[in-house]
Order: sequence, then structure tokens, then C-alpha cells
Amino acid sequence: MTERLAKRAGDKVAKWKGLIVSGSSASGVRDIPAEEVTRRVRELTLRASIEVPADHRAALCRALGAEESPLGCAVLRGLLANADVAARERLPICQDTGYAVVFCELGQDVHLVGGSLQAAVDEGVRQAWAEGYLRPSLVASPLERRNTGDNTPAFLHLDMVEGDQMRLTVLAKGCGCDNMSALAMLTPAQGRDGVIEFVVETIRKAGPKASPPVTVGVGLGGSFDRAALLAKKALTRESGRPHPDPDVALLEAELLARINDLGIGPAGFGGRITALAVHVETFPTHIAALPVAVNLDCHTHRVATGVV
Amino acid sequence: MEPATFDPFGAGGSLVRLCAPLSVEQLQPLRTGGIVALSGELYVARDAAHARMAEALAAGQPLPFDPAGKALYYMGPTPAPPGRPIGACGPTTASRMDPYAPLLIERGLRLMLGKGYRSPEVKASMLHHGCVYLGAVEGMAALLAGQVVRSEVIAYADLGPEAVLRLEVVDFPAVVVNDLHGGDLYLSGPARWARGKAAG
Repeated sequence: MTERLAKRAGDKVAKWKGLIVSGSSASGVRDIPAEEVTRRVRELTLRASIEVPADHRAALCRALGAEESPLGCAVLRGLLANADVAARERLPICQDTGYAVVFCELGQDVHLVGGSLQAAVDEGVRQAWAEGYLRPSLVASPLERRNTGDNTPAFLHLDMVEGDQMRLTVLAKGCGCDNMSALAMLTPAQGRDGVIEFVVETIRKAGPKASPPVTVGVGLGGSFDRAALLAKKALTRESGRPHPDPDVALLEAELLARINDLGIGPAGFGGRITALAVHVETFPTHIAALPVAVNLDCHTHRVATGVV
Repeated sequence: MEPATFDPFGAGGSLVRLCAPLSVEQLQPLRTGGIVALSGELYVARDAAHARMAEALAAGQPLPFDPAGKALYYMGPTPAPPGRPIGACGPTTASRMDPYAPLLIERGLRLMLGKGYRSPEVKASMLHHGCVYLGAVEGMAALLAGQVVRSEVIAYADLGPEAVLRLEVVDFPAVVVNDLHGGDLYLSGPARWARGKAAG
């Protein structure tokens, strides 16, 4: 152990020397120990899995105020009561503790010391899963289907940004709703109406399976892969906060109204509130393309963000 | 004095109390949209366990439990924290078990508990043999843990969260989706509340 630490310290010195030799300015670079990333991921994963975020709780309360179906109101009250029980008794909000999707905005002046980012994040997930009595829900091979036992690996998405900080967002993503997600490579001629039809139809088909009321993430534009990632990332936005572009915000409002006209309601038992929020993220796309991806999050919506 | 029935849906006087194992007669009064407090013996199996049960039947081997009269929950709990019988225990999507469900319904299964639509084949089998389908709310998983008194693994322990369990539950809250009379809440509920283009 001491040997390993000594080696690590030695490596660190060597790296610093390397920086000086190559002429880089050492002052702009910030060392972050991998253990710190692990600690943060563990804390965020536990928080997301056990405590309903304030924005989601507020969205459920707004839904309860707007719902007209007595059974729908009963389900919403049940969800709020569940949030209280989970927080008080330190139980997971839902038995499908999901996969840990970790969005990392990595400042380009950060230097991670003592391990790889993936390993540090995985260790945080592993510790959270053990400590929080979360359900190991990953299989190592999609066809052989042997459980990995500790819910690793984390699904890590990396964005390089300016600065010397690392911003981590953990989305504990349940799969019943992920299974109901969809992607279409529409043609430019299908346009806005085509996008609306596809999104609404995806929610209609999901029905009770997605455990409504859902949060809807839409990735519009980009490419096949980019649209899907945007849709997932859209789920992490503060619940119901409109997109800063007024045209996109208008699209979000129209989608929400159309989805709530479906009548699927809380738990799919029928009611006014099928979705709590629709978040659309857009990206430039090809002259021949109009990709649209829809990623759903169920009424258990687990997100936590922190900075290292 | 008997403790008050756990009634998170606020059904009050319309709440139907059931105790499993069940007879067809006990299921007759249930109506789509009605609220049930289920007590007694509740078996648990999901994807991998169903695949194994189907293999067992195909090989002429016995099932981990006799389905006759039983209530079955599609669920995979979180690990039980110290001092508790079970962790969070909300339902999983039932349709993934649709290819297997008729095998158990034909053998006398009386009640299924899960979330989401059933296939036309499963619904036909339910009506023919006398089995109901109830919906539980996934997002009430921590709350539901409080209604489980006992939990034991009875088969396929190697499947971890997918092992077959036998639970003892008290006033486990559920909503009748498919009753014995052809009702389907996942059709009638949204039909009642849809509006605009969706109602057309």
C-alpha cells in the first residue's frame, strides 16, 4: 500500500516535471485526485436514488393540482408519500435503481491524478450500490445476461469545457421507460408536424409501461447518435424549465399539451397528466436529415448534480 | 382492535380486501378501476425466472410453486437493508412475461400484479380460466416495502434480483386493471380522459 502511494507520489512529480519541460504553464492546471471523483459520484448516486429532487417534487405537486381524475390524484399522492418514506427510511425511491448515467463536463485545465476517469466513476457507483442497498440491474453481455453484480460500468458521457472544474450529473435511469424510448430519422419535409406526431405517438404507445407521468426528453437534429444523447441529456434539465430559444420553448409547450390530451394519466389509469415536462434540445443537422429521439423518464425521476 | 387498512389510494369504503390464495368466486366482485388491499401469500417472478419455469415445463419438470389459486407479482426488489424483510418493491412491466403467462394461467394462477398492458392472448387466457390482472404503482416502491411482512427465496437463487420469492403481504395496495368481466382499465381510463385529437 505504502509502495503504491510512494509510486503514485513519484508519478505525480514526474508529471509535473513533464509539464515544466514541455513549457506548459503549471499554474493553469488543477490536479483532482481520482478518489475525489469517486467520493462525489458515490454521494450523488446515493442522493439521486433515495431523495426525490425538489424540482421533480414541485412538478408532482403541480400535477396534483391540475389532475381531475380521482384515481390519477390518488396515484400522485402515492408518489409524494413514497418520496417522504424513501427519504425518511433511506430506502431507494424505486426498486429499479437503474443504470448510472454520468454526464461529466470536464474542464480542460483539469488533470486527473491516480486513476482513469471511468475507473473513478465506476468505483463511486459500486460504493453507492453497496452502501445504499441498490439493486444490481446490469448484465455483462446483452445475450448471455449474467449480472455484473455491482451495477458497473457507469454510462459515462464526457464533454470537454473551459475551466478547471469538473461538473458531474448523475441520472439514475430506470429501464421500463427507457425501453419505451424511440428514434426516427424523419425527412426534412416531415418538419415540425412530423416531429410532433412522432413524439406524441411514442408516448401513446408507451402508455402505462413507462410509468407516467413521464418526463420527456427530445433530441432534435444532429445525427442518429447525437439525437439520442441530446434526448437523454434533456432529461437532466430542471423540470419544466423552458428552453431559452422561444421557438423551441413553444414546441415544448405544444408537445406537453398534446401528450396530456392522450388521457393516459398517472400510472396509465386514465387522467389529465401523462407528462410532467417536455424538454427539447436541438443541434444542427444535415441538409438531408431530421433526426428526432425521444427518451422517457418515469414518474421516478432521479437526477443529482455536483461540482468537483 | 383491528388496525386500519393501509389505503394510500384513499378508496375508503369501496376498498376490496383480498387474501391469497384465491378462488375464482372471490374474484367475481372485482371491477376494473376498483382498489384492492391484497394480503396473504404473494409469489414473485420476473423475466429470467419465467424463462426457467417455461424450460422446466417443457422438460416435464415441476415448477418452483404450484400456480393453482396463487397470486403472482412481477417484481425484482432492491436488496433488503438490515432488519427489513425486503427493499423497495414496485412492479415491473408485465408484458415481458406475456409469452409465459398463459402457461401459469392454464394451471390455475388467479391473480397477476404488475404494470402495463397485457397481450390479447394473455387477456383471452385470463377470461377463459378465471384470472385477474392488477396494477401496482412503481413509484410507490419504498411505500410498498412497508406492506411486506416476510420474504424468502424459494427457487433460482442464482438469478439474484430475479430469483423466485414467496412474500407475505398485508394490505398491499393495487388497482384492478383486467377483471373477470372483460374490463380493461388501460383502455377505459385513457378513453375517458382523452381530449382533442386524441379523443377522436
